[in-house]
Amino acid sequence: MSEESKRPSQHRGGMAGGRMGGHMGGGMGAVEKAKDFKGTIKRLLNYISDFKLSIVIVMCFAAASSVFSIIGPKILGKATTKLFEGLMAYALGTGLLTDFDYIAKCIVLLVFLYIISAVFSYAQGYIMSGVSMKITFRLRRDISEKMNRLPFQYFDSRTHGEVLSRVTNDVDTISQTLNQSLTQLITSVSTVIGVLIMMLTISIRMTIVTFLILPLSFSLLMFIIKKSQKHFKDQQKFLGQINGHIEENYSGHNVVQVFNGEQDAVDEFTKINDDLYRSAWKSQFLSGLMMPVMTFVGNIGYVAVCILGGYLAVHRAITIGDIQAFIQYVRSFMQPIAQIANVANTLQSTAAAAERVFEFLNADEEIPEAENPAMPEKVNGEVSFRDVVFGYSADKTIIHDFSSEIKAGQRIAIVGHTGAGKTTIIKLLMRFYDVTSGSIVIDGHDIRDYRRKDLRSMFGMVLQDAWLYHDTIMENIRYGSFGATDEEVIEASKAAHCDEFIHALPGGYNMVINEDAGNISQGQKQLLTIARTILSDPKILILDEATSSVDTRTEILIQKAMEGLMRDRTSFVIAHRLSTIRDADLILMMKDGNIVEQGKHEELLKKGGYYAELYLSQFENKTETA
Amino acid sequence: MTRLIKYAEPYVYILLLAIILLFFQATCDLSLPDYMSDMVNNGIASGDSSYIIKTGFLMLGVSVLSTVFSVSVGFIAARVAAGMSRTIRHDLFCKVETFSNAEFDKFSTSSLITRTTNDITQIQMLVVMLIRIVFYAPILGVGGIMHALANSKSMTWIIFVAVVTLLIIIFVLFSLALPRFKSIQNLIDRMNTVVRENLEGMPVIRAFNTQKFEENRFDKANRDLTDTTLYVNRLMAVMMPSMMLIMNLVTVLIIWVGSNQVSAFKMDVGEMMAYMQYVMQIIMAFLMMSVTFIMVPRASVSAGRIADVLRSEPSVKDAPDAANIESCSGLIEFHDVSFRYPGASEDVLHNISFTALPGQTTAFIGATGSGKSTLMNLIPRFYDATGGHILLDGVNIKSVSLHDLRKNIGYVPQKAVLFSGTIGSNLSYGDKDAEEAALMSAADIAQATEIINEKPEKFGAPIAQGGTNVSGGQKQRLSIARALVKKPQIFIFDDSFSALDFKTDATLRAALKKETGNSTVLIVAQRISTVMSADQIIVLDHGRIVGKGMHADLMKSCGVYREIALSQLSLEELA
Repeated sequence: MSEESKRPSQHRGGMAGGRMGGHMGGGMGAVEKAKDFKGTIKRLLNYISDFKLSIVIVMCFAAASSVFSIIGPKILGKATTKLFEGLMAYALGTGLLTDFDYIAKCIVLLVFLYIISAVFSYAQGYIMSGVSMKITFRLRRDISEKMNRLPFQYFDSRTHGEVLSRVTNDVDTISQTLNQSLTQLITSVSTVIGVLIMMLTISIRMTIVTFLILPLSFSLLMFIIKKSQKHFKDQQKFLGQINGHIEENYSGHNVVQVFNGEQDAVDEFTKINDDLYRSAWKSQFLSGLMMPVMTFVGNIGYVAVCILGGYLAVHRAITIGDIQAFIQYVRSFMQPIAQIANVANTLQSTAAAAERVFEFLNADEEIPEAENPAMPEKVNGEVSFRDVVFGYSADKTIIHDFSSEIKAGQRIAIVGHTGAGKTTIIKLLMRFYDVTSGSIVIDGHDIRDYRRKDLRSMFGMVLQDAWLYHDTIMENIRYGSFGATDEEVIEASKAAHCDEFIHALPGGYNMVINEDAGNISQGQKQLLTIARTILSDPKILILDEATSSVDTRTEILIQKAMEGLMRDRTSFVIAHRLSTIRDADLILMMKDGNIVEQGKHEELLKKGGYYAELYLSQFENKTETA
Repeated sequence: MTRLIKYAEPYVYILLLAIILLFFQATCDLSLPDYMSDMVNNGIASGDSSYIIKTGFLMLGVSVLSTVFSVSVGFIAARVAAGMSRTIRHDLFCKVETFSNAEFDKFSTSSLITRTTNDITQIQMLVVMLIRIVFYAPILGVGGIMHALANSKSMTWIIFVAVVTLLIIIFVLFSLALPRFKSIQNLIDRMNTVVRENLEGMPVIRAFNTQKFEENRFDKANRDLTDTTLYVNRLMAVMMPSMMLIMNLVTVLIIWVGSNQVSAFKMDVGEMMAYMQYVMQIIMAFLMMSVTFIMVPRASVSAGRIADVLRSEPSVKDAPDAANIESCSGLIEFHDVSFRYPGASEDVLHNISFTALPGQTTAFIGATGSGKSTLMNLIPRFYDATGGHILLDGVNIKSVSLHDLRKNIGYVPQKAVLFSGTIGSNLSYGDKDAEEAALMSAADIAQATEIINEKPEKFGAPIAQGGTNVSGGQKQRLSIARALVKKPQIFIFDDSFSALDFKTDATLRAALKKETGNSTVLIVAQRISTVMSADQIIVLDHGRIVGKGMHADLMKSCGVYREIALSQLSLEELA
């Protein structure tokens, strides 16, 4: 696993953790903002437009649910009033004690309303989780498919971690917002409006008083958010520092140990940890103030309603049940307001996440396939490079002028120092990158005239770092040709001299390759990739320093296997090890992106040029000590 | 989870204080409806405005008190949570620093990193929520019931029914959702694995045209994750509506029962209203508590993972009577050493015996998996040998203190590791007091001078985390220089030269030869040209020594060696 793939997930991890706090501290962390908020939201809406109908239904249901539950307190209040009036009337001796019929009617109505409200509420939750998960699923699938259509250039400038966190963290953020915040917004808004209407129908004066506390609550909220922002930033910073320190020391554990660096590492850790502690508790405390402060403001409202309501009730301006209803309304008023404030923050971070996802989904793809692709019946393996020029970025040319004619069945060795452009040639050959100018021709067709799929299926390649995936050894070898039977897989693995060590492993061919544990050695992995390539039976072979991490003795075994494979096949070999390439039909000596020498081993040695120098450098040490 | 309880011990008193404060807060919160009830019964009913206002201000005072209590609890919660996680993080880091490679293999490095970072954040969040909400809900619940009892016993059963129903719902939902919550984490991991594999294997995937296969693999992981998440989300969607329904139905019930009681003169209207509010508050508290419960599964997995690390003892540690050695000559002897990885069924090293003399170079060569690196790892005790003895100057290395043993070893790993800081801080990593001249000469020998000179800041040039701003070859040369600065008696070069090209390799080794003087030098190599000139070459095959001697002897006597040599050089060149 590459180091960078771990990193961003941790930085974001803090934020994801923050989200779990829900209403308490949820949106209060340092919120990242989208560059283009409006545009991103529009795109997101566009993306989810397939679910328009469902979302409209959800909105209606959410609104209906809150409306039905909002009516409740008013009816309850009426029942209470009736009860209170009955008492008063009884005291005055003017009427019945209690109008049970009326109250019973109220109650039946209430039960009905509340059940309807709950049903609507659950129905919208049910539908919305379905919709949001479908969207999440689609987003992830689109990203994974997009990955395969993006040119390699795209990944040159980005770490794996970046892409990884789009698939998980960013999509997760969007999914959570869709699932919770969206309906929360609808419910909150409709509750606020509904409550407002109900309050107004009860008493305009009392509604005004209640609303007077709103600016108070907002300014308090703003004050807290502003105060805590600094500490949140600090916390984020120290969290980043401490994660970096941990990662570095764990990854370099052996070096730390052998240099007796443990104490220094711990001292440094303690320092950052203390800084982190200070900013952590402060930001935690300040964000935790939100709830009590909102409750306090709610209580002020509550008391105000009691006092004013009581006063009005004494003067017979409103009834006792109205006070009761009002208290319930005030209580259910504060929460949606806090939620709306939170949703604004959530939308910001969602937009930032969505922006990253869409940026990925809209990135330029590989140039389209040729319209009339070449479809050769039989691949001979004649390859010619004609005046090839290439650079990974426009301003830096790596391959300056590369020309070479290779006949079918030849073995080509590409030699040169690191950075001379050897691997680049291979990447161009496979069309991982397209040449800037010039052309590469296979069997008389420009490689750009083939479909990528057809072109690449001509090649078999064994790369520098052995890539295997999380599955059994059997399946990993079968990767070269999915139709292969178990027998064929074993045959290939015997040819690659894997069979012996595979049998020694626990589980043999059924042993699962583990990404982390490294339960088989690098060399063994390499052998498996060779078996995979043997199974795929390619027309042209590419060995990209394939044997460098395999030992020389193992290499002999591989070479024996490869010898048979390479017979009658055009093959390109890149290696530092000169013995591997000595028998080549053609050696291409590369230097700074150019072919400086071409020819056979003896010819080039006689020539006494770069190749001879590189070859002889092996023995400098020997002559010196001799 | 329980294993981390001891980290709460230093906070026992302050936590008790928090509980007391929460109790006061609950008392305040619950007394508000009482005042209102009083206001209705004595103020409104009798039309006494001043009584209403007086009671109103009393209520305001009570809610100020409640806020003060609640803020204080918030303060305590924040301090305790941050403090606990600081201590846990510290203990965890210190523990991991003592681990040997065996423990790193067991947990895997990336998992240890997550445990020290994300997992602790989870715990911190949970502790805050526990103190502020989970403690509060039962206090409020009990307080509410007590209040209700004090007021009028006749309707207490309603609160009781409400609380029990709530608890049943919470219990049922969570017992259904909890196992799924746990599996979601695994499913996310699985999906991440596929994406990471796809990213790393992109050239292979495109070369083999297996995009469709990979998409299907991703789809499956994605589908499993989506389905499970959907199930959990739909389950959790039950919670809010059902709780609200219970709360609403209970208020209705109170009105119904209450109106009967009121009519029978067993209760005042104000009391009935107060009851409704007790119930609302109690249910709200439980609602929040159940929201908190969503965090519990994740946090308890985290706590378990942290506890696992804290509990494991390093397999390599100082013996109780470990000897201190100031200096040594560097004489290393292996007597019949064998080694088996923990949990493996077979030894990877068998009966290894040899002596490496000071002033000499001992080289190791052999096929992949023949055990060369494993053998090297035994000398600084990254692992302990499982059989036989390794002696340093005649003393078993297991009875020497780890610190002193390692002080005498200069180690250059296969994969170079640099730390964030500067080139200077990296070179002087093994010897903080090294002077610049010493750094310079080490850099010179390691062929790293040009790396330093091309930077305007020279030794002050920054090194990014993981050394990402220098190339692999440069990293390797700096890592060699770092070992040289230490001036150790024993050098271990574990295949350190293969990242260098032949020319640099040759120049470097020639320069090294002069520097290492009377130190013991151990070199693991792939290239025959690297080992040819060694004073002693040890040939390993399948974890056994199959040849020992100088190049010329081995060419004659050792078949394995000859095979390796011939594969790299032709006969004339080897002569």
